Amino acid sequence: MEFLVASAIGVLTAAGLYLVMRLRTFPVIMGISLLTYAVNIFLFTSGRLTVSAPPILTDATTYADPLPQALVLTAIVISFGMTAVVVMIALGAYLGADDDAVNDIAPTDAGDSK
Amino acid sequence: MSLFLIVALPFVGSLLPGLMNSAGRNACAGVTFMITLTALVGLLTNLPAVLAGEVVQTGVTWLPDLGLNVTLMLDGLGFFFACLILGIGLLIITYGRFYLSRKDNMGEFFTYLLLFQGAMVGIVLSDNILLLIVFWELTSLSSFLLIGYWKHLPEGRQGARMALTVTGMGGLALIGGALILGNIAGSYDLSVILQNREAIQASPMYLPALILILLGCFTKSAQFPFHFWLPHAMAAPTPVSAYLHSATMVKAGIFLMARLWPVLSGTPEWFVIVTTAGLITMVLGAVIALFKHDLKSLLAFSTVSHLGLITMLLGTGTAFGAMAAMFHILNHATFKAALFMSAGIIDHEAHTRDIRRLGGLRKLMPVTFVIATLAALSMAGIPFLNGFLSKEMMLEEAERTVLFSSPYLVPALATFGSLFSAAYCFRLIGHTFFGPVRDDYPATPHDPPVGMWGPPALLVVIVVAIGVAPFLAEPFIKTVTASVLGDAAEVPKNYFKIWHGFVPALFMSIIAVVGGLIVMAIYKPLQAAWDATPRPEAKTIFEAVIASAVALAKALTHPLHNGAFTRYAAIFAITVIAISYHAWTTGTVGAPTRAVQPAGVVEIAGWALLVTATLGMVVLHRHRLLSLILIGIVGLMVSVGFVVFSAPDLAMTQLTVEVVTIILLLLALNFLPNRTPVESPVLMRMRDAGIAIVGGLATFALAFHYMLRDTVAPSISEFHIANSYKGGGGTNMVNVILVDFRGFDTYGEIIVLGIAALLIFALTEALLNGPVRARLLNRLPDQPRAGDMHPMMMVVMTRVIMPLVMLVGFYIFLRGHNEPGGGFIAGLVVSIGFVMQYMASGFAWTSSRLRYPYHGVIGAGVLVAGLTGIGSWFFAKPFLTSDFTYVRIPPFNEFELATAALFDVGVFLAVVGAVMLSLESFSRLARRAHVEDPEHPMDINPSRDDAPKAEA
Repeated sequence: MEFLVASAIGVLTAAGLYLVMRLRTFPVIMGISLLTYAVNIFLFTSGRLTVSAPPILTDATTYADPLPQALVLTAIVISFGMTAVVVMIALGAYLGADDDAVNDIAPTDAGDSK
Repeated sequence: MSLFLIVALPFVGSLLPGLMNSAGRNACAGVTFMITLTALVGLLTNLPAVLAGEVVQTGVTWLPDLGLNVTLMLDGLGFFFACLILGIGLLIITYGRFYLSRKDNMGEFFTYLLLFQGAMVGIVLSDNILLLIVFWELTSLSSFLLIGYWKHLPEGRQGARMALTVTGMGGLALIGGALILGNIAGSYDLSVILQNREAIQASPMYLPALILILLGCFTKSAQFPFHFWLPHAMAAPTPVSAYLHSATMVKAGIFLMARLWPVLSGTPEWFVIVTTAGLITMVLGAVIALFKHDLKSLLAFSTVSHLGLITMLLGTGTAFGAMAAMFHILNHATFKAALFMSAGIIDHEAHTRDIRRLGGLRKLMPVTFVIATLAALSMAGIPFLNGFLSKEMMLEEAERTVLFSSPYLVPALATFGSLFSAAYCFRLIGHTFFGPVRDDYPATPHDPPVGMWGPPALLVVIVVAIGVAPFLAEPFIKTVTASVLGDAAEVPKNYFKIWHGFVPALFMSIIAVVGGLIVMAIYKPLQAAWDATPRPEAKTIFEAVIASAVALAKALTHPLHNGAFTRYAAIFAITVIAISYHAWTTGTVGAPTRAVQPAGVVEIAGWALLVTATLGMVVLHRHRLLSLILIGIVGLMVSVGFVVFSAPDLAMTQLTVEVVTIILLLLALNFLPNRTPVESPVLMRMRDAGIAIVGGLATFALAFHYMLRDTVAPSISEFHIANSYKGGGGTNMVNVILVDFRGFDTYGEIIVLGIAALLIFALTEALLNGPVRARLLNRLPDQPRAGDMHPMMMVVMTRVIMPLVMLVGFYIFLRGHNEPGGGFIAGLVVSIGFVMQYMASGFAWTSSRLRYPYHGVIGAGVLVAGLTGIGSWFFAKPFLTSDFTYVRIPPFNEFELATAALFDVGVFLAVVGAVMLSLESFSRLARRAHVEDPEHPMDINPSRDDAPKAEA
């Protein structure tokens, strides 16, 4: 089982990295989302994998580690907020420039002033 | 008056001139004057204590762990400088009121002036050397604003920038020096540092500290080779020049040298560096000043020269030298401020400061003539004026100083410098005021109103008073000198007097004055020779240095930071991989401590779905809609994974977030192109794939190793498990952690979420108010729209299940504390219920039925959560301390009431508001001009007899 989770994290990371290095905004956002999954699962596994022992107090003796779960829960919600902001920025850039390329390779000497 | 108040008054008062701006120029200057006067009077109330030799101290601890405390002290030296700063400040404010024209924003000017004044007073009253540096930097910043006050003049901006660059660099060096010094002394309090002379001078770090501190002082006080910024700062309005360069800014470096004199001086290093720098500056400044045609330039270089003189006196390291330095600071401040103001008057009335275009003003401006002449003669060192006295003391000290084992070097150079000093003073008087009256002045010169000549006249009265009766200044200067010297040396017994007998200093003085007159006589050929001599131009060199620094920065930055996001991502990935590889190879890996758990069919199936969908995304990422569907599968499988691995809360959160994320991305795809074109060459894709695969393998290896080993130290989770019910009153540990143990974190997180939503709203507003608006309104959809945009079935369905969704949300919220659920998940569920209404009946129809704006909902959420936290203060508990109790209201069973639930209400509201505000913002973009908002919830309604409108 550990192998499955670890390889899932690896695949998500690899796919996320590849997509982040694409040239248009939408695949980059998709890549960031995949990386978010990978990071969240990785954080979650820092509590190690526990089957059938949810962190709800009962008569049981072992529980899944609640701390990483609490951290990841807020991380999921925040990542929604961040995705929304990035999408909005990408959308604004596209609507403003009629171009959704992420790279802006232009001489930057214009910013200098005397 | 408390020292705190004296320092704080100018800062607090700096708000007033801006507010009084509309009340008129007199009100504006008046309030500034009163603030400064109050501070000065407050300072004077401490005079008896200072004269008695006491050190007034006050302080509060600020950051004791860093050794940074707000401690202030007032001794003779601090009092002397504070008096100069505030006293001359009063004169400058009066003068500035009449100097500035109606076009200048007076509120802005006086605000900057007060900020600067406060920073200067802060420097001279600081007891803590770190606090001193804070004020030091504040003077650099506020003087930047003052020098660049005339923003429309390029010289003003360039001069301000140069001053900031040079003094800012010096400030950096000073910080380093001060930290070393504090480290040696074991405290950053000056009162402690000053007691540690032996320890500091014996330390091997003494020389680095000395050099760094002197760099700070020399840049601030315009000592060679950093003298060049001061003349360029003359582009400032004249009141600023008079203030900064007579009594304040440039004296800050001198002040610091005097302040640290007891611990730093007396060593050969100090003597050689400081005396040499001072001597060179004095001679260089005097010679250049003679050949300047601009009155303010001439005065600027003469200031450089006099600062060199004071530095040299401090450098000799003798008590007499220090006393002479203090006396000259007073004298220089008086005559130089008067001269700057006179130059300003001439500029103001004649509309030029060029000496070549002036002359003969003696008859036209008699009052200004008397003031400027007396001040200039004092600067030249003519008897019965105060400049003579301190110059005599300087020459006497120089005559005794042996530098580089030559007894003649210092006296000869000092006399040479004084000669040129006398010469430029004579030139200033002669070429400006004497000679025939001309008929080609740019404006007709006449004496200004009393408001402008009054302040310099007052200063000249002091010049003459001290010059005639030096004993007036003697006790005060000796008190100041005593606090400079500290325990390091005794105050000299010498009396201040005009006639010392036929001593060498007198002959040197006579040589200087007579020589000055001779130089004036042969001025024309000298000027011709000077103009013919090639000289390095400081400004050109400075600009070349800046340009090369910029070029170097560009050469380093541009290859890395060229605007290509793709490249940043690659560099970032490679760096992380490389660092991880390094950590992996240099660390040791322990043996596995946990067994691999077996995987069932369901897990393997889920894994296969997730991996296939992920890989599918890579292959099909050019079809944007398809990849959106695939990422839905990935998210779903992640949720399932959370279910399998005992994280019900996470599963619910992930699932609901997934829904709103997909809706959000669909809304975005509505505007973005549906396909991604093929752009990057195959090689580039291979490179990216290589990086990605290596990164994926590394993450896999790390995660796999990680999961098979226990943590090195015991986890703090045990505490939470043990206290969840006892302390938090809930059995769902995840929820208790969120709303109770780590409530503060959650509070921060809902604020972040709210800010993200507001940011999206703001961006939408910006788009809709910008040039994009027309494009959006007239946009034609790239794909055919649905014939029935608001289908009846969907409208009916969403209406029916709306109460049900609300009920589920309510239930999930209530059970949250003990069972999986809580504010986050309930908020997401309820949001989905709302979103469905938007989807069914459209943005316009739904939002017109909205009673509370979502910003308000976010705000209410944060407010509720915050107030819950504050509530615990009323029970003398820290922020967000929770409490709970069990109540029983018949006929219900006993149930729990917890303050944490109230906090969770805040979380709930913030999540609903944030999610809805972001989605709503996206849909606002979708409105188009030629499509009217529907009046009805659905387009086709059999019970209605209106004909459906055709969509354009």
